[in-house]
Amino acid sequence: MGLKEKLHKLKKKYEGKKMAPAFNALHTFLYLPNETTHGGTHVKVADDLKRTMNTVIMALVPCLIFGMFNAGYQHYLALGEIQAAESFFSANFWSWDNLWVGLITILPLVIVSYGVGLAIEFLFAVIKGHEVEEGYLVTGMLVPLIVPVDIPLWMLAVAVAFGVVIGKEVFGGTGMNILNPALTIRAFLFFAYPTWMSGDKVWVHGAVERTKEIAAGAKLDAISGETILGSLAQNMEPAYSLWDSFIGFIPGSVGETSKLLIILGALFLIFTKIGSWRIMLSTVLGALVMGLIFNGVVDAGWIDNTSKFYGLMSLPFWEHLLVGGLLFGAVYMATDPVTASQTNKGKWIYGFLIGFISILIRVFNPAYPEGVFLAILLMNVFAPTIDHYVVQGNIKKRKKRLKLKTA
Amino acid sequence: MGLLSKKDAKLISDPLADNNPITIQVLGICSALAITAQLKPSIVMAISVVFVLGVGNVVISLMRNVIPSKIRIIVQLIVVATLVIIVDQVLKAFAYSLSKELSVFIGLIITNCIIMGRFEAFALGNGPWRSFLDGIGNAAGYGLILIIVGFFRELLGSGTLFGFKVLGDPVEKTGLYAIGYENNGFMVLPPMALIVVGIIIWVQRSKNKELIEEH
Repeated sequence: MGLKEKLHKLKKKYEGKKMAPAFNALHTFLYLPNETTHGGTHVKVADDLKRTMNTVIMALVPCLIFGMFNAGYQHYLALGEIQAAESFFSANFWSWDNLWVGLITILPLVIVSYGVGLAIEFLFAVIKGHEVEEGYLVTGMLVPLIVPVDIPLWMLAVAVAFGVVIGKEVFGGTGMNILNPALTIRAFLFFAYPTWMSGDKVWVHGAVERTKEIAAGAKLDAISGETILGSLAQNMEPAYSLWDSFIGFIPGSVGETSKLLIILGALFLIFTKIGSWRIMLSTVLGALVMGLIFNGVVDAGWIDNTSKFYGLMSLPFWEHLLVGGLLFGAVYMATDPVTASQTNKGKWIYGFLIGFISILIRVFNPAYPEGVFLAILLMNVFAPTIDHYVVQGNIKKRKKRLKLKTA
Repeated sequence: MGLLSKKDAKLISDPLADNNPITIQVLGICSALAITAQLKPSIVMAISVVFVLGVGNVVISLMRNVIPSKIRIIVQLIVVATLVIIVDQVLKAFAYSLSKELSVFIGLIITNCIIMGRFEAFALGNGPWRSFLDGIGNAAGYGLILIIVGFFRELLGSGTLFGFKVLGDPVEKTGLYAIGYENNGFMVLPPMALIVVGIIIWVQRSKNKELIEEH
């Protein structure tokens, strides 16, 4: 008896009982269900919610794999055991040793993220008696990509539980949430355990432990994994070239480093019509405009290099796109169809403000020069308001037109 | 017959649960968010409000037939302000560090909506004894939520209760901290108080479905 039949029998056995949604979810996740809907007219399309979610996951997989190699690469590079990679296909980067470090540090993050998140989804589905929703599939993949490699697993578990329950389930589950659950999880981690989410020690595997050993008296060289943004915020010259930063050979959250792969992922999402190009483009535009304004302030001589904001303000405006998580946020987070604006005009405003505020926070928040997640969460809150005014504006315009015609 | 008649007992028990000023009427939220990061100030605040509302209700109730209704808000304000100043002075005299910690929030009891709300809704129309019970009951309902929120925020945010390190020492790495536990810094920030209050409301309404509002 095949797995499908077994699941089908289990499903029949539990039909109408409390546990039924859990079995249904497994069944439809793995196979096409046997029964079809009855009566009435149906629209038949291939891309249901599960297909949509899986497309986004496909776009994320390259970032995840790159992140695994990068975790090992940054680790060994910091230890001084390998030379810096010269080009994208450098053997120093794509080595089994690097992948191994990535597997043992990042796979647990993925497992904890999915395990805890799905457990809560199933629990709520059983308690509330509705079908399990697919919403967590993408969130579960995003979460390991936006945290530092060495984040303790129990912290991640607590944050995921908080994010899924408070960020999503209290509002009524997938499709009803105001805030992006993955970013809610990151925000929780950031405010609850700031020592694990910022600074120069958390981005490279092993750096925190090394610091502890040195504090305990071991004679070792300290590992510093200062991100580019971190250096700039302290008015220091970053240790990485723009090319490294574009390819992704830099320390940072697991999935955010490779701008190249993020852009490829963005093209894939736009081509499959899953992600909104309007939001992606307007976010980038917003960031560029804010960057230009800051450049202008520096050029006008209003601040000089004694200011603590000088490092980030004087960064050429287009380089803002290549550092930090701005692109990752713009492509995978801001475009979340549930929490973003729905109207086309609204999407432009929503995206533009995300980019604009991201750079604003980046420059003016010296403690933590990464603003994109806060900017997206903030605009998530405003998205319905933006939509409301766009729709009202349209109604007004049409009423006016009607009046002109009848008059 | 017990100490209180059934009707009188309801005056105290209702605001503790099914008609709680914070979780049902959603009044007095500001102070509930501001001073609940630690358990001790939460309890002091609860006691202060019990005193102010209990005594204030009696005073207003005694004067209810002589207060001209046009200036009743001013009269009420004077009564609350007097009582709050008494509390403030007592705290300054006998618990100076606590009064520093609570800073303006003792003074802001004046603006606590629960107090004016009970004066208006109850004390102006009922006798002193029943007003007293109503005042104590509502203040206790408010204090109960404060103490629950303060308990969780101090325990999870600082790892202490009343300042005692119940989970071990975070610097020396004893107790829970030895196995890698860390305090949740988010718990100390005001937004988390709002979320904890929200969770209490959620639990309460899922236990008693009648409390869920129609909309």
